[in-house]
Amino acid sequence: MALLEVDTVRRSFGGVVAVDRVSFRVDQGQIKAIIGPNGAGKTSLFNIISGLLKPESGRVRFKGQDIGGRKPYQIARAGLARTFQNPSLFLQISVLENVMVGQHCRTRSEFAGCCLKTPGQRREERAMRDSALARIDYVGLADRAAAPAGALAFGQRRMVELARALATEPDLLLLDEPASGLNMSETDELGQLIEKIRDSGVTVLLVEHDMSLVMNISDEILVLDNGATIAEGSPLAIQNDPNVIAVYLGSDFKHASASQKS
Amino acid sequence: MGQSDLILQYFLSGITKGSIYAVVAIGFNLIYSATGILNFAQGEFVMLGGMVAVSLAFFLPLPVAVAAAVVFVALLGGLLELVFFRRLRRHSILHLVIITIGLSIIIQEAALHVWDEKVRSLPYFTGNEISSMHLFGAAVSPQVLWVLGTVAVIVVFLHVFLKYTMRGRAMRACSSNPDAALLAGINIANMRTLSFVLSAGLGAMAGCVISPITLTHYEMGSGLAIKGFSAAILGGLGNPMAAVLGGLLVGVLEAFSVSVLPAAYTDVTAFAILLLVLFVRPHGLLGTPAGESVREF
Amino acid sequence: MKLRPAIGIVALVIALVAAQLVLRAMDKEYCLTQLTMAIYYAIVVIGLCFIMGYAGQVSLGHGAFFAIGGYTTAVLTTYDFSRFEAAAWGRALKQAHVFVVRQDMYGSDVLNAAPWAAFVTAMAATLVIAVLIGYPALRLKGHYLTMATLGFGLIVYKIILGSTLTGTTDGIVGVPAWSFGTVAAISGKSAARVQNYYIACGIALLVLVLLRNLVRSRVGRALRAIHDHETAANAMGINTARYKLKAFVASALLAALAGVLLTHYTGGVNPSEAGAMKSVRYVALAAAGGTTNLWGAAVVSIVLNFLSLRGWFGSYDNAVFGALLIAIVSLAPEGPLKPLGLLLRRFSGRWLAGGRSNDGAA
Repeated sequence: MALLEVDTVRRSFGGVVAVDRVSFRVDQGQIKAIIGPNGAGKTSLFNIISGLLKPESGRVRFKGQDIGGRKPYQIARAGLARTFQNPSLFLQISVLENVMVGQHCRTRSEFAGCCLKTPGQRREERAMRDSALARIDYVGLADRAAAPAGALAFGQRRMVELARALATEPDLLLLDEPASGLNMSETDELGQLIEKIRDSGVTVLLVEHDMSLVMNISDEILVLDNGATIAEGSPLAIQNDPNVIAVYLGSDFKHASASQKS
Repeated sequence: MGQSDLILQYFLSGITKGSIYAVVAIGFNLIYSATGILNFAQGEFVMLGGMVAVSLAFFLPLPVAVAAAVVFVALLGGLLELVFFRRLRRHSILHLVIITIGLSIIIQEAALHVWDEKVRSLPYFTGNEISSMHLFGAAVSPQVLWVLGTVAVIVVFLHVFLKYTMRGRAMRACSSNPDAALLAGINIANMRTLSFVLSAGLGAMAGCVISPITLTHYEMGSGLAIKGFSAAILGGLGNPMAAVLGGLLVGVLEAFSVSVLPAAYTDVTAFAILLLVLFVRPHGLLGTPAGESVREF
Repeated sequence: MKLRPAIGIVALVIALVAAQLVLRAMDKEYCLTQLTMAIYYAIVVIGLCFIMGYAGQVSLGHGAFFAIGGYTTAVLTTYDFSRFEAAAWGRALKQAHVFVVRQDMYGSDVLNAAPWAAFVTAMAATLVIAVLIGYPALRLKGHYLTMATLGFGLIVYKIILGSTLTGTTDGIVGVPAWSFGTVAAISGKSAARVQNYYIACGIALLVLVLLRNLVRSRVGRALRAIHDHETAANAMGINTARYKLKAFVASALLAALAGVLLTHYTGGVNPSEAGAMKSVRYVALAAAGGTTNLWGAAVVSIVLNFLSLRGWFGSYDNAVFGALLIAIVSLAPEGPLKPLGLLLRRFSGRWLAGGRSNDGAA
């Protein structure tokens, strides 16, 4: 079953077409990757799906509902979470609080309840704290829960952002270049974590430059160039696609695919 | 006086006041562009310019007194930047803005104690309070021409300075891209000081030319700051030339509202329109909306 | 970490009670009047602190909201509604005790709105106005709320100055006390001075505790997240526009509440309450107290406003105020109480050693 369907979506900035009638679908339980050279329109596509940009034309359907043009917070509530290319943590508050913010759309206490600390609010707060701590543990940062997010190293910020996105209890998780800025071992851990997330029932769609990571974990790959789809298929099919090879000619793609085979 | 004469009279008085608001708004913009600070003490520079010139005019010829007042206030502006803002670069903008509010209060109180609460004024630059000229059928005091002329000169000077001189371009670079400016070898700190010197000097100049018409009073600064602030917003923050349009608009609106509403409500119209503009065109009349641009995350 | 809030509350309660006892011992109990007023003003400041520190909004219109509260109460409780008594709605409202008969200063009977009804009206009016200002202004980022509230504040000020209903430059006097049965009343009578001091303390402490709960909850986290990174907050499922508006309205309501209470306490209200200088003062006090430090803001604002109301600084009042403001903001931008508070916490932590291990020194 298709969880996400993107149907001939188009978006331009000024005269530049960033996303040119792109269509694809993400099935339940998949890890799907979007790759392509810089400026191929990957992040714009992500911003459209997560509601930060409005598509000029085309449809985005999530769980059968048209979400194109809805507000980001509505899309998050519908079960679609994302991370950002530059980790966008709330730097003034602690790691724990960051993850608790992720639970916002699954909790209910409002102004009055919070002011008065009603029993329901206390119970909810405790539950939030416990499950946030569990998620921080899940990404391996249990010992940093009380630290201010601003004090974390870059790689740790990525993990917190991932925990925060998972806290929204998504059905589909969008990861924007999750491995950029990570070293080799961190990238390996990330790959395992993404597969663990998929196995827990969350579908994953990621944009990524690290080819070995993409080839290792993806079930399916979509290749964009200049805003348009140039290929779609399994990692093996993509590696042998002449269009893709042409686009990536001379880049680390061949290198990556070579190391893949060895 | 006929209806059209009356309208012309309102218009001229609006333009006169408006051009002073324009100078204050330009001052706001210069400092805002270079430092990101909204300087609430801007109106005090106008007041100080008038006050110092009035005092100096007792024993100096008028042109010398005015020039000395402008230089004095300009140096004071630079000094304030050096003492308060240069060292506090790491403070949040909000804190810096609050410091300008504090400075405005202190300058005002200092003026009250140095001078007093009496209203003063410079003599008319040419002629006197009863001399008038006829312009398109309206009676105009020659001082109005002095005001308009001075403001026009200020505007042209600034335009040339910002657009065609090295230093002016460097100042604009500071605002649009501080990192690049730093890389290009521009001394940003000095540019910031310069923006205060310029703003203060221009404000003082405006304070001198307007003094014979609206008189100088220790409390006049905060009112001017707020009007100038409105003008800067109306035109579009960050664009000194748009501030001129904003200033003139606020002045004219204010003048005409007297004919429609009781005098007590003069400012209500001006500010109501300001609010409307803010809500409808948040980036000002001449500003360009940044909008939902190509934000990459 | 459970002990920390209790220490703050207890310290403040002790300080407030001590202030009363010391003033009594020194035979200067009349000072309680200004202290009570300073406490009411502090409610505005902590409300402002809440949106400045936790939601990143700077309002230069809180003086106006205070005045809207004060003037709504003052007008409704002093305006003679007698001529509407014959009308059906006038009778109905009198039956419902919304209108009450009262003797004015000259001893003749007048029909005024009851203080509670005026209070409800004031709150409702503030709610509507705050939404009307906040809704368009908060859609925009940056300084726009500040500008819009500044303009709004000036409009309110000018309307109050220009309307006969609000008494133009004289303001309104003869506002009745707000009685709660026979138990207590908010009034400026010297016999009720001590009682009113504690009423003000109680209300201010209640507001402080409620706001403190709020900022440490789901709502407070959401607001800080918005303040930190609005786009990310939105993408995490927070309706950012609604939260910003709610916080702004809550803060405006607190300012209006203070206006209502102080107006009943002093028996009148005058246009200077709506002046831009007042709004600037509130912002300054909030910043000086440390915007993310509600307790600090409350203490700084009570002390400074008290000294200023007592006329300690004579004709240098504003100058001293401006200088203190600059000194505090430039030397201790987190508020002067932060270093002090850290010291206190360290000591209390040592006494109660072991109680706060995993809370971390962060």
